[in-house]
Amino acid sequence: MSRLRRFPGTAAMAWAFFAYLYLPIVVLVVLAFNANSSATIWTGFTTDWFGRVANNPDIVRAAKNSLLVSTVATIVATAVATLAALGMARRRFRGEGAVSALISLPLVVPEVVTAVASLLFFVLLRIDLGLLTVAIAHTVFCIPFAYLPIRARLDGLDRSLLEAAGDLYADPWRTFWRITLPLLAPGILSGAMLAFIVSLDDFVITYFVAGAGGTTLPIYIYGMIRIGVSPEVNAVSAIMLVVSIAFVSLSYLVGRRG
Amino acid sequence: MRSAARTRLAQALQLAPAILVLGLFMLGPLLLMGYVSFLEKGSYGGVKWGVHSVEAYVKFLFERDFDDSLILNPDYLRIFARSFGLAVATTVLALLIGFPVALYMAMQPERRRNLLVFLVTIPFWTNLLVRNYAWILLLRNGGLVDGVLQGAGVTEQPLGILYTNTAVAIGLVYSFLPFMVLPIYTSLEKLDFRLVEAAYDLGAGKALALRRVVIPLAKPGIAAGCILVFIPCLGAYVTPELLGGGKALLIGNLIQSQFGVARNWPFGAALAFFLLSVVLLAMTVYALRFKQRPEHGA
Repeated sequence: MSRLRRFPGTAAMAWAFFAYLYLPIVVLVVLAFNANSSATIWTGFTTDWFGRVANNPDIVRAAKNSLLVSTVATIVATAVATLAALGMARRRFRGEGAVSALISLPLVVPEVVTAVASLLFFVLLRIDLGLLTVAIAHTVFCIPFAYLPIRARLDGLDRSLLEAAGDLYADPWRTFWRITLPLLAPGILSGAMLAFIVSLDDFVITYFVAGAGGTTLPIYIYGMIRIGVSPEVNAVSAIMLVVSIAFVSLSYLVGRRG
Repeated sequence: MRSAARTRLAQALQLAPAILVLGLFMLGPLLLMGYVSFLEKGSYGGVKWGVHSVEAYVKFLFERDFDDSLILNPDYLRIFARSFGLAVATTVLALLIGFPVALYMAMQPERRRNLLVFLVTIPFWTNLLVRNYAWILLLRNGGLVDGVLQGAGVTEQPLGILYTNTAVAIGLVYSFLPFMVLPIYTSLEKLDFRLVEAAYDLGAGKALALRRVVIPLAKPGIAAGCILVFIPCLGAYVTPELLGGGKALLIGNLIQSQFGVARNWPFGAALAFFLLSVVLLAMTVYALRFKQRPEHGA
């Protein structure tokens, strides 16, 4: 039976694909530990570059900006998305399709277009470009990423539990805090983590709306890359990769549990 | 009765923040962008409010001669054509690689399938900039690819791939390949394998079963994958900038330059608006063609 399910050539293609997918990531992380400062020829193991990165005040400031923006965007976007998911999962209503389209709009519109539109919006409304505008833009595109896992979790929820709470004289408010929210928690956490990652990694939209005061880590890294390949870039990049992968893995595990 | 009204109010209150935030900061800017594309550009960047003009759209195709007559200028058209060509090439390449991979994944036992799906998604969540930077390390002269090829005696000279269209294509395929694999995998995973077995029983070989049974059933996934790769490719900014060295101008970079050095906001807005229209058109065609399918049966 398993022989029937085997299509010749696909296994080789799949392994080549996974190699292609992970080779650059592995190479980058390995080179971040390379003692040679020319960045691509291996001469020995060192963790010096990470020390240099940690002692570079510009990188540290950019990293702090990134964390600040991502934290704010994640909290606001997750709160908004949770409420929206609760609202959308109720009875159907007129305009439901329009609201649903609005929520997924940031996923559909090409990043460059969103970036340009946001830039024009902020500038023409005379809102100074900086961390505030970055945080607003990030909140917007984080909403659908937070929304999707929460909505999926909500749709999989056993409605009879909520009805049981009602039968036991719990008012809607109490039902929400004692039943809905705890059951929803893994979805919310998973959504929040994805929002955080998407925000932390964003480059294009940030690049347009950051101005001089909104330099986040990816913006700073971009500046470094434009100057040229260097072991410091390798080290910061490796850190970003590891943080992202750790977060996604966590989000995956949390989302699966319960 | 009162409780029905209360539930409706609660529902409205729950949806209000999302509608407000996305309406104000997503839809609002897009509409503003559309409006700006019909304004006249200011002398030092910015726009002249209230001065309407279709100049930005005229600029797509024409340039003004000294005596203000219009002459055809194919420069921008060429950039569009190059972007389309590259996006199509990337999509085709991604499909050729992505379909066999998705097929392989869908044929694995369940536990292993989930692991493989997870492995496909991980790069998507990592920083696009960083992933493209990694390709600079690999492709640059004296980089890893050169090192391996020269070490094996395949080539003697550096390949010089970096900062060419080839490098951009490699980077784009790399960036968006997961978007091709996942939807195809999803449609193949749901595939009732008994249909394939039936094809075998009727004397079909693997190639024939693939062509007549598997691929037709995977069509919605293939279409979704193509759309998901094509759209971000068309508007790609990071990859052409880093791996193309900004040499081969694409739509995304052209748009950005209107807000940087070129300082022509209405033209930038018009370009972005045009890109958005193409994307929405592609989505609509896809929705009309494939979205209703499940209701008809299958």
